[in-house]
Amino acid sequence: MNGPIRRVSLVVMIMFLALVVNLSYAYVFRTESLNADPANRRVRDAQFGVDRGDILVGNTPVVTSVPVETRFSFQRTYSSGELYAPVTGFYSFLFGGTGLEQYYSARLAGTDDTQFLQNLVNTATGRRPQGDSLQTTLDAAAQRAAAQGLGNRPGAVVALDYTTGQVKALVSTPSFDPNQLSSHDLNATQAAWQRLNADPARPMANRAVREIYPPGSTFKLVVAAAALESGMAPDTLVDSPSTLRLPGSTFEMTGSCGGEQITLKQALRVSCNTAFANVGSRLGDDALRRQAQRFGFGSTQLPELSGVASRFPADPDPAQTMLSSIGGFDVAASPLQMAMVAAAIANDGVLMEPHLVSQMRGPDLNVTSTRSPHQLALTMAPANARALQDMMVDVVENGTGRRAQISGVRVGGKTGTALTSSGNEGSGRVPYAWFVAFADDPQVAVAVFVQDAGVDGTEISGGRFAAPIAQAVIESMR
Amino acid sequence: MSEVVVPRKRTGASAAMMLFALALGAGGYVLVALNQNAAFPADWVMTIGAGIQFGGPWFVGIVAWFALGAITWGVTRWRLPYADPLILPVVFLLNGLGLSMIYRLDQADGLRSAELQMFWLVLAVSAYCAVVMLLRDHRRLQRYTYVWFLAGLILLLSPLLPVLGKENHGARIWIEVGPFSFQPAEIAKIVLSVAFAAYLVEKRDVLAMAGRRFAGIDFPRPRDLGPILIAWGFSLVVLVFQKDLGTTLLFFGLFVMMLYVATERPSWAILGFGMVGVLGVLGYLFFDHVQTRFSSWLNPFSDYDRNLQVISAQFGFAWGGLFGTGWGMGRPYLTPLAKNDFIAAALGEELGLFGLVAVIVLFALVVARVLKVALASREPFGKLLATGLAFVFALQVFVIVGGVTRLLPLTGLTTPFVSQGGSSLVSNYLLLGLILTITHQVRRPQAEQADAGQVVSLSSDATQALPAIRTHGPSGVEPRPDPASVASSPAEQAHDPATPASPAHDPADAPTQVVRRDNGEEPR
Repeated sequence: MNGPIRRVSLVVMIMFLALVVNLSYAYVFRTESLNADPANRRVRDAQFGVDRGDILVGNTPVVTSVPVETRFSFQRTYSSGELYAPVTGFYSFLFGGTGLEQYYSARLAGTDDTQFLQNLVNTATGRRPQGDSLQTTLDAAAQRAAAQGLGNRPGAVVALDYTTGQVKALVSTPSFDPNQLSSHDLNATQAAWQRLNADPARPMANRAVREIYPPGSTFKLVVAAAALESGMAPDTLVDSPSTLRLPGSTFEMTGSCGGEQITLKQALRVSCNTAFANVGSRLGDDALRRQAQRFGFGSTQLPELSGVASRFPADPDPAQTMLSSIGGFDVAASPLQMAMVAAAIANDGVLMEPHLVSQMRGPDLNVTSTRSPHQLALTMAPANARALQDMMVDVVENGTGRRAQISGVRVGGKTGTALTSSGNEGSGRVPYAWFVAFADDPQVAVAVFVQDAGVDGTEISGGRFAAPIAQAVIESMR
Repeated sequence: MSEVVVPRKRTGASAAMMLFALALGAGGYVLVALNQNAAFPADWVMTIGAGIQFGGPWFVGIVAWFALGAITWGVTRWRLPYADPLILPVVFLLNGLGLSMIYRLDQADGLRSAELQMFWLVLAVSAYCAVVMLLRDHRRLQRYTYVWFLAGLILLLSPLLPVLGKENHGARIWIEVGPFSFQPAEIAKIVLSVAFAAYLVEKRDVLAMAGRRFAGIDFPRPRDLGPILIAWGFSLVVLVFQKDLGTTLLFFGLFVMMLYVATERPSWAILGFGMVGVLGVLGYLFFDHVQTRFSSWLNPFSDYDRNLQVISAQFGFAWGGLFGTGWGMGRPYLTPLAKNDFIAAALGEELGLFGLVAVIVLFALVVARVLKVALASREPFGKLLATGLAFVFALQVFVIVGGVTRLLPLTGLTTPFVSQGGSSLVSNYLLLGLILTITHQVRRPQAEQADAGQVVSLSSDATQALPAIRTHGPSGVEPRPDPASVASSPAEQAHDPATPASPAHDPADAPTQVVRRDNGEEPR
């Protein structure tokens, strides 16, 4: 029987070997992904109890970790919590995190791969691990001006330094207080979470980057850019009938734009629907989509906040193309996306990648990482961009955007009043008010979106409700 | 044969290793408390039943632990002086690590499982000592072949009883008596190992008869397929009614392996392997929870809620890394059933990859020592029983540790000597007693064996293996293996089953040649 016993012994030893090899394999190849899994409570708890780095706006830390006598040792504290919540997000034991707190979690906690050496030194010297701090690109004054401008109306404001892509203001209202979710009193955290999620005003929705809305007439900037790129000029005459029947439908688009034929410049100045419908129809949906994609439509933006992609319809029929040309039908954009459109135009066609963090510093305040501006796309020829800038300045000086004027500053803009698909009379849903603008001093592009101006729908216009907020944001940065 | 190598007793080495093992176990216990509270463990209280309490300062537990170890070791040395010196210390090391980990998990859930486990250890050690003192020679078990079969089958089927049986996680493998639940398969694996060994020693020459030759391998005669078909059918019954693929495969795998070892015919292994495959496919097709376990095995991360246990175990391994978090400094309690099925995950988290690999090597060491004794044994029953016990032990470790580490689909088994659970602990100590008895019998010098007049040495009877009716031959002295038979290897080759001796179909007049093969096998 010894032959078979030897063979059985071999099989048995192979079984034990398989256990050891499998464990070693798992250690080498699975450890990293397991530790990065957001469902991994061990890692989450360990990070939760760490002295996380600050998040700074200017020289002021708006998020800090304060030593406390609870089982987690450090309490994450948000000063001006509601103001910065759309950017910082929250950091909660029970509910994970959002925003910069989530995206830079490992870095803030000091567990990032790049901090390995520092951790090794900490372990050797017995010091508590400490994370890097984040220097945001935000401008506190612009942020406050934007929030004050929106007040208690739901909406969003995004301001970009168009020369670098730095986000100067990013506000979404209504907002929430992250302190409620980061509390170590887990029952209170649970209650706050339920309350915030049940709130019909959806305070945790990030309207600036995580939601998309019909951009209305502000989308005419994209159509105008496509028109200029196709060889048209600001003074090219376009048909602007007072009524335009959409092909294959009984729907009639109306508008009095000052003549049956007007220049492209005038069409933008008075935000002429029929003129832009005709321009869009002539260019075709492919040209419009291509131009929109150059501005960033169809791609996710600002991964730090998990921004979503804006969209232009994939295969519109001629009537739908006309509606899309005035920012209707299925066109939808985030306020960040519309700020990027204005920023690209203002920066002579060069679109810089929006970003929120300019520097990271170690616990010893040494800079560990610096973000340099990165060019995202060349959206249009510089000459065309400059022509479009002039057309936008004309809108503010002589057209629908007068409320955004600032003496001594060259401001260009475009209003938008989006009739939502169900937002016609009687439906109870009010139109959205939009304004996108740029200024040359400070060099900033702003998009303002007011979801509900709090007044009767017929009175709403982007020029009236959104433009003054853009003006205030630009003023605050002077 | 005058120069028989007499294995040394190695009493000193065994004692030193025993002390080392006991100290490691106690060290884990103290380290848990030191790491968690920067203080020695809390006062030690053991509650049994209603109102019966033992206790005292914390070190009472350690004293009791060392005392149990000393008693076990002493009884072993006294009654089985030639027993393998390494197996007992390794078992106590595993047991100590298990107890410390159970104590560590107690700190998280507030229960007092470690004290209860100590109480079970007292019972287990008592059972072990009873086996060691009363059995003396494992060959005495050989005569009750059919009693063992009956007992094993009753044990295996007892969870199907209406009141006692209990279904848990889809499998009906538990019986419940009062507050205690018990996996009868734990005992059944020993009883059936004995039954298989006794039966196969009797029948192996018949079962080794060659039948049809196919693809270069001699397959058994159809008329000899009875036993394997019965075992298979029985496994199928267990599978259908207890719905536990793990237990089924464990027992059928054991039977097939022992059949192969007894007959030396690979065809049995091939046949059995095919039948195992059929069992696996049937189990997969007809039981949702088997399918669930398969999908949990292949894609655990597709459903966090359902596969929480195995996912949490993987998180624990990742968190523990190479060296582990240290006793009491990880969070193994996040994994459900960390004290029982998933204690390997807890060890992996707090002792790290190195710690868990060390534990696996300890198991492998036990198995290797037993298999070595099986090779050295001079009589077929001991050979077969030792191989069977080693195999079923190894298979159990493989299946549960493999399940926890995602090498295999998960099956609810205990980790021998480590997991919490009274039935597991007691039956594994019984198994240990049996194993050490075999090692003592195999390793002790031949002269001593000759003196043991009362020992029934069945294999000594040259004819006993052949006539089915004479299951227990006359007691006698095992003859020295005839040197001539060693030299007569051509004769052995002549008996190569590929060329069956024609009259051998009837066991009664089989040539003595058949028997000589066993005696010809020299211990090495």
